[in-house]
Amino acid sequence: MTTTDQGLVSASVDAIDADEQRRARAARTERIAKWALPVIMMVLVIAAWAWVVRANEIPHYILPGPDRVWGSLRDDWAMLIDAAYLTGRITLLALLLAVVGGAGLAIVFNQSKLLELSFYPYAVILQVTPVVSIAPLIFIYVDSKVAGMLLCAWLVAFFPVLSSTTLGLNSVDHNLRDLFRIYGATRWQRLRYLQLPSALPYFLGGLKIAGGLSLIGAVVAELVAGTGGIGSGLAFRIQEAGYRLNIARMFAALSLVAAMGVFIFAALSIFSHLLLRKWHESALKRDG
Amino acid sequence: MPTLLPLGQRPPLLRMNHVDKVFNGNIVALRDMTLDVNQGDFISLLGPSGCGKSTALRVIADLLHPTRGKVEWEGAHGLGDLGVVFQEPTLMPWATVAQNVWLPYRLRGNSYSSVRDEVRESLRLVGLENFLDAYPRELSGGMKMRVSIARAMVTNPRLILMDEPFAALDEITRHKLNNDLLKLKAKIGCTVIFVTHSVFESVFLSDRIIVMAARPGRVLREVQVDAPYPRDEDFRTSADYAAHTRAASEALKEAMGEPA
Repeated sequence: MTTTDQGLVSASVDAIDADEQRRARAARTERIAKWALPVIMMVLVIAAWAWVVRANEIPHYILPGPDRVWGSLRDDWAMLIDAAYLTGRITLLALLLAVVGGAGLAIVFNQSKLLELSFYPYAVILQVTPVVSIAPLIFIYVDSKVAGMLLCAWLVAFFPVLSSTTLGLNSVDHNLRDLFRIYGATRWQRLRYLQLPSALPYFLGGLKIAGGLSLIGAVVAELVAGTGGIGSGLAFRIQEAGYRLNIARMFAALSLVAAMGVFIFAALSIFSHLLLRKWHESALKRDG
Repeated sequence: MPTLLPLGQRPPLLRMNHVDKVFNGNIVALRDMTLDVNQGDFISLLGPSGCGKSTALRVIADLLHPTRGKVEWEGAHGLGDLGVVFQEPTLMPWATVAQNVWLPYRLRGNSYSSVRDEVRESLRLVGLENFLDAYPRELSGGMKMRVSIARAMVTNPRLILMDEPFAALDEITRHKLNNDLLKLKAKIGCTVIFVTHSVFESVFLSDRIIVMAARPGRVLREVQVDAPYPRDEDFRTSADYAAHTRAASEALKEAMGEPA
């Protein structure tokens, strides 16, 4: 909306032609379809799944029907929700540490070329080494299970935050940088008023990726760490149910992991939108 | 309104003293540029691309250090002495219009409440007093440029540097902004150095046109426009304007290596 066009806008209010009607109809259809189609799709897949299991008389220890999975979800709810709580806690803590560590390192690297040149390659090495292969080592040296799991999850999650925040801190409009120089801005002022706001959209992009990765890290860490003193998370429950051929509970626990991932992604997307909606292109609604 | 002394009687503001700027040891962007800037001057740096006009501006802004020579300010020279307007509006998209204009003060440690009146006054002068809380993306190109000008003026600087500020705007908006810029300058009585590649713009706005030539970038000659201020739309169609435009065009042709 540019305020200079007001005259034009008010002149055309009462004239809605066929094109406009078509466009409005298409927009309405899309609004509904965006929600309805995935739901219909899910119902169809579940129905097909139930039909395949029944028609072929597949035994439940090979592939349980959706009714059995639902039953397991209901009967084992107390146990599963405990497990979900534990996994969720590790995931969120790891994400928090990834944000602090990733963004903190990005700022430190940005302020000191020396530190960046010294340490950035090792951050990359940590990132490209699969966490599954580091995890067993971590649990040899770290006594606390919780600390070990956090470390695993952090290792996978911090890098996207680090690399995207670094990119953001360096993506400052060069004219604005000159302007800050002319007005005698200190290093701290430049960081706070110019670089950090410029980096925000990049940071939030990294955060969304880190959210998913910290869940993966937490699940992998649980699989490696097993249980022992700290209760059992969802990944452990999946493994345990597998040993007992309780496939229905495996599916039930798996659906909770997936739901958790979706929840984290949705929450971070909303968070990101709230922070950027006033000014950033990505949050802009276009008219027409 | 401060009175504008005639050319030749104005007290000096700064002097570019035999400034050379060489990039990478062999690209001569500016050769032996000497320019006396006086208080109240409206100077246009006019020339083809590559003539070093933007480089000259950046040397004056202390964004570039001269390879030889120096920029000497008359009297003490501090942070609030300079306002800058770039070719793009260069606003912080995450900040409101008022916060953008507050920036020069903010970087000097002044809280918003202590300079609210200055910020409002500056925005009022450019006609945007009703847009304090708007974000830049809600404004048109011309309005963004006005915010940029308000920001450059807010500290009442002695010198405002403008680097082709209206080049990206359409003709109608540009004329309007040219008129308003002259009114603003008359009102606050500052000195302006204005980089442009438009002969018409330079004649309309300035009383001194410094015509520059390229390869190496250097000052070719000065064309003075002695038409009195205030200048308005009538000046654009006057014989006086046409004569000055011809003189400036000929100097520019010479700068581009064509016979005058």
